[in-house]
Amino acid sequence: MNNNLKILVKGIIDVSPLMIPVVPFGIIYGVIGMELGIGAYMTLGLSVIIFGGASQIVLLQLFSGGVSSLVILSSVAAVNSRHILYGAVLSEYISNLKLSWKIILSYVLVDQAFAVSNNYFKKHKNVKNKHYHLLGAGFTCWTIWQISTILGIVLGSVVPEELGLSFTISLTFLALLINDFRKFKNIIVMLVSGIVATIGFNIIPFKAYIIIAALSALIIAILLTLSDFKKN
Amino acid sequence: MHWSLIIYSGVITFLTRFTMIFLLKKDILNDKAKKILSFVPSAIFPAIIFPPIFLDSTGALDLDSNPKILAAILAIIIGYFSKSVLATIFSGLISYWILIFLFNF
Repeated sequence: MNNNLKILVKGIIDVSPLMIPVVPFGIIYGVIGMELGIGAYMTLGLSVIIFGGASQIVLLQLFSGGVSSLVILSSVAAVNSRHILYGAVLSEYISNLKLSWKIILSYVLVDQAFAVSNNYFKKHKNVKNKHYHLLGAGFTCWTIWQISTILGIVLGSVVPEELGLSFTISLTFLALLINDFRKFKNIIVMLVSGIVATIGFNIIPFKAYIIIAALSALIIAILLTLSDFKKN
Repeated sequence: MHWSLIIYSGVITFLTRFTMIFLLKKDILNDKAKKILSFVPSAIFPAIIFPPIFLDSTGALDLDSNPKILAAILAIIIGYFSKSVLATIFSGLISYWILIFLFNF
């Protein structure tokens, strides 16, 4: 097997276990898209154009709540701000690549692909063409995400509304936080965010409650971090 | 929904992933900045999680016999111990169904 292909396959294999929870997430997203009535093309269109589960669900949720486009877009940006960290961390490994490579790799830089490829890059600093790992991991995520979206679209037209599947939005995001449940500071940040959003839902203008809650919680996170760094 | 909203959202999502890869030659974020960015999911996701659980369809606080609160607490407990994304989602969903269909919450 050619070396680049080997690295690409390694990326696919490394990311595969992380795809197990992605499948139900994608199905839930597809079902919710259909239940909110945006239609099959747009539900799939979001998965292809945005390719980010959290952003897609926030967009649907706020849109169905009649929120203005500007607030929706700022909320999508807030949800995505964690990707800035991914880009910064990976930049040293892929800074020599051509622009076209950087564009393709950015498009598929989702949480799961970042997690496994960053790990691979760290351990294989001197390997040539190691970016094929991210290509393999990223497009595995992309393919699984599109297939599970389509499954959800098909199911969404038959699943009865009484099942209350919109509750799975909350559960899915909850599940994305399980690794932080054991960290005391994260729990404080989570509570601030949740409480500000719940109280602010009715009183914050333009339904900008996600942004305001996230900013308040981030300020708390900054204060907690700075006090930590001072101590050391 | 308009396609333009989807395309703008796609561009924003892409730019958050692309900007640093495009601009930086090497990782310049210091430990402090990284630590703070690591809090981003904790700071944002609860703002999406809490309101649909605690508020009813009119936006009023609903704390009495609210099956979503009980189901979410159970999901958190299962998630804490199992550390499994799937177990968290499905324990919450199944307990929610049991509460609404068997106990008529």
